[in-house]
Amino acid sequence: MSVFEGFKFRKVSSLVHDLDPRVKFFFVLVLFVMALLFTNIFALTVLFLVPLPFVFVAKVNRQWLRSLRGALLLAIFIFATNFIFGFLYPTSFSQITPPVDTGYEYLVLLERSISMTLRFVVLIASFSVFFLTTSPDHLGLALQQSRVPYEFCFAFTTAVRFVPVLADEAQTIMDAQKARGLELEKGNLLKRVRNYIPILIPLIVNAIRRSLELAEAMESRAWGANKNRTNLYALKLRGSDYLLVVISVLMLVVAVYIWLNVSIPSLSAILYPAGV
Amino acid sequence: MLEVKDLYYSYSTGFEALKGINLTVNDGEFLAIMGQNGAGKTTLVKHFNGLLKPTQGQVLVDGVSTCDISVAKLARDVGFVFQNPDHQLFSETVEDEIAFGLKNFGFEESVIQKQVEWALNLLDVVQYRKTSPFMLSGGERKRVALASILAWDPKVVILDEPTIGQDHRQKEKLQHFILQLNAQKKTVVVVTHDVEFVAECNPRVILMRGGQILLDGMAEQILNNADLLAQASIVPPQITKIFLELEDLGLPTDVIDVHEATEILVKRLNKQS
Repeated sequence: MSVFEGFKFRKVSSLVHDLDPRVKFFFVLVLFVMALLFTNIFALTVLFLVPLPFVFVAKVNRQWLRSLRGALLLAIFIFATNFIFGFLYPTSFSQITPPVDTGYEYLVLLERSISMTLRFVVLIASFSVFFLTTSPDHLGLALQQSRVPYEFCFAFTTAVRFVPVLADEAQTIMDAQKARGLELEKGNLLKRVRNYIPILIPLIVNAIRRSLELAEAMESRAWGANKNRTNLYALKLRGSDYLLVVISVLMLVVAVYIWLNVSIPSLSAILYPAGV
Repeated sequence: MLEVKDLYYSYSTGFEALKGINLTVNDGEFLAIMGQNGAGKTTLVKHFNGLLKPTQGQVLVDGVSTCDISVAKLARDVGFVFQNPDHQLFSETVEDEIAFGLKNFGFEESVIQKQVEWALNLLDVVQYRKTSPFMLSGGERKRVALASILAWDPKVVILDEPTIGQDHRQKEKLQHFILQLNAQKKTVVVVTHDVEFVAECNPRVILMRGGQILLDGMAEQILNNADLLAQASIVPPQITKIFLELEDLGLPTDVIDVHEATEILVKRLNKQS
């Protein structure tokens, strides 16, 4: 559950919170593209540091760290699969002549596995900053002003808003079934998965029921009566937004330039200049 | 026996829901817990079967601290019927729904069949045994939920807002049923806002406000105390209100029950005529 915790918006005001969501999303997207461009451990470390100033300015360090901690299990999984499959099928590494046996080859493998994990961490880190500092309402507004049909925007913001409600309900249902002697942590893996059926069925049934009720309540309040819906607030780009756009574009240009023209040395190449 | 000793409970948000509760519920007692929304009623009863563990203090069920035993073990003795049946119904048939708890507690197949049969009849849902619980009406779902707890015959039965969403006839039936349970020496704890229901059952009542117990006594002593009730956002039963207003005519003010009121009024009218 703690991964979700890291993506939950809390209403506060800061320079980062007040940025236009479209611009923020563009910035995160640039980070995303950059993370996919590089496999080099140094480049990815730099990318990991880029969202840090935003985290501190927005004062969301605690929640941000929590989302990283929530992603820990997945990160370990990514590291392990990369390392194990790299070890079993090392043909994709130009520096390795199979099988993996020298210290240098192990280092190359280790470095690649760490880089891949770091890439995932960069993605989580940057997207988490975006979701932590952007209210669902703003996000919906941004979608709407990007000409996404209002029905979709509404569905999206409603879905986001109902996450904590569903989490509460899941807790109540768990309590209700525990009170009937259900032990979630009992049995082997298959049994444990089956233990969640008595939780999931009422949760899904209630969610569907609630959505139908919501639809009826909305229709009785004339939802969709006008084709062109107006908004009380409209998003407008300001100085700081333009600045972030410029920074993002510059970052992207520099990154592409480096990717095309500069070869960043790898850690293993620095430690073993001779190669093998 | 349920013993609550100096119980404090804070939610993870920091909200202190219970502040120093001391309470003993004896075997076979019928207790109603009343109070406004957010007074801590449900939080308190969730301690009785270990769903919540005290932040400070102790809750003992038959002398064993709820901290030392799992919810599943406690649930065998303390049955908890949640407010909303939709939070627990999930099986394909009513029969399976009722058998769920029995299976969890590891009863033998023959015992399960017997108990399911018994519970189906007890709550008058035997005609729906092969029906999906999702196809039933609100009142019926509530009865199935109740049956699914009573099936394993727990010593203590906790009911959270049992009368909500029930029509008058169902409510009356439920009331008889609860009194019957109590007559069979079961400990019954009811969390409720329903003063009329409490007035007619006349259980021991504890009145809660802001995480503390405001008053502890029999219903007939508490329900006519309009000032104290107001503090807990509760209005006395209608019949009590009438008698409170007619105090100047020399009528008693501690009447909570309709039958008792009728007797007093008939006597008074006969005397006048």
